[in-house]
Amino acid sequence: MEPSTQKLIHTFGALADLGQEIAGTGDFSEMVRTSMHLLLGTLALRRGAVVECVDAGPLRCAAIWGLRDQFLSGFEIDEAGKQAFLKGTAADFLVRNTATSNVFMNRHRDQLLKEGIELVLPMIVRGEVTGLILLGGKASGEEFSSDDFDTIRAMVRHIGVGIHTHRLLEQIAQRAEENKRLYVELRAIYRDTVRAFAAAIDIKDKYTQGHSERVGRYSEIIAREMGWSEEEVEGIQIAGYLHDIGKLIVDRDIINAPYNIDAKNSSELNRHPSAGYEILAPINHPYADIPLMAKHHHERLDGRGYPDGLTDKQIPMGAKIVSLADSFDAMTTDRPYRRRRSFEDVVRDLRENSGKQFDGKVVAAFARAMLKEVTGETKERRITKMLGKGYLEGQHVPTLLSDLIADLENAKANTVTTP
Amino acid sequence: MDTPSGGLVRSHCVGTTAVVYASDYLNKLTGEKIERECRRQLDGGCRALIIDFSETKLVNSIGISILLGIIDVAEKSGAYIVFSDVNNQTVELFEMLGLTRHVVLAKNVSEALLNISRYETTPVVH
Repeated sequence: MEPSTQKLIHTFGALADLGQEIAGTGDFSEMVRTSMHLLLGTLALRRGAVVECVDAGPLRCAAIWGLRDQFLSGFEIDEAGKQAFLKGTAADFLVRNTATSNVFMNRHRDQLLKEGIELVLPMIVRGEVTGLILLGGKASGEEFSSDDFDTIRAMVRHIGVGIHTHRLLEQIAQRAEENKRLYVELRAIYRDTVRAFAAAIDIKDKYTQGHSERVGRYSEIIAREMGWSEEEVEGIQIAGYLHDIGKLIVDRDIINAPYNIDAKNSSELNRHPSAGYEILAPINHPYADIPLMAKHHHERLDGRGYPDGLTDKQIPMGAKIVSLADSFDAMTTDRPYRRRRSFEDVVRDLRENSGKQFDGKVVAAFARAMLKEVTGETKERRITKMLGKGYLEGQHVPTLLSDLIADLENAKANTVTTP
Repeated sequence: MDTPSGGLVRSHCVGTTAVVYASDYLNKLTGEKIERECRRQLDGGCRALIIDFSETKLVNSIGISILLGIIDVAEKSGAYIVFSDVNNQTVELFEMLGLTRHVVLAKNVSEALLNISRYETTPVVH
């Protein structure tokens, strides 16, 4: 094979490999090191280094081969040096050329020659010197030809763009990470604000302090048991915290009436889901359907709920969860006109009202979550803590819950769906 | 006895000479393994290196750069280096790029060993 043909094939192969290396998404240092090897190997150069210009100051070594690691310490490039490289011709890149006005070369010539560096070329991206490539002589001992210069300059251009692109991607990844952290912080602030708001809602009702907070937590537990995603779980928790926000517009005396209220006041109180929707709808929540969950948390599967009398499939699943959490908390906390109900009584209520007031799937999920706590399958006993000491204790509790789950699952299996 | 070192690289020692076998394609991965093995042998006290290319069909640019690095390290530690059993195409490449100015080529490992023994017995002329 003619030497010129072989050289062409060798160079072409190196350029193809270089393109592949630069386009890859692998490790940055490895990319620079490999690119440098490709350049050195194309012309059989015995040593070389790739350095980055980081503002004004010392050059940052990105890859080095055949040279002492400390060789570059003390090398700096200022604006005048960069300008000299931007305006320079091939002759200005030759270290031995003492006729050049390149300030970098003139400043570091002796040191470069001592280390066997014969060429210093700039990596230029968008009209700016982003780094330098230092190259030793050819293994053949020959001078650099104009073809060699063309090959080197083409490869240096590729490497420069490659390094620049990788650095940009690093910056983008860093900013994305920062944005992600800020987003998480913002969500935490939002959640804390909502919790504070929930506490404010509950303060209006002296008998139900902590109710909204508990409804939020029960809702979260149920949704997680139903296999909802983390984001959906966070959303339903927020909906739980805010479900009674509409009570802010209801007269405090009606909310705090010590006994069952009359029809007029009841109608006033029943406005709170729609009012809640009106308050929440204009807000751009980071989670979906929070206003709807507040609006429909008093709907029932049999259509006897309010405000819209929706039935089963018309009611959003989130509202069904909040509805159960709300009712469960109402049954398990003391009210001015009654003591809280026993757990047996609550389970009976849940069984009887599944399919009428509550969705059986939601009740079953809540029962499973409670059963996991009482059997120790779940280490964190959040429901138990909310219910207080002694409420979920006793040998009968696991049986009550297991029977309820079995009944609900049987009922589901026996349901005949009509087209 | 042959020692597999770093996966693909085989090597063995004959006296103070290390024989390192290059694989079929000398690229970044295999080149770095050969380089590591050569450095290990030199650090271990070898005074001469034979890199055998009998199985090597192709050497790319990175392979050339790494071989130059090995030559450099060998020269700096005063070790003699021979490439053996290099195919014609690769010989042409080494000649074109000037590697043959820095290493001796031998037909096979036996000839390389003979070459090294002659070098070692040549008296130093001052």
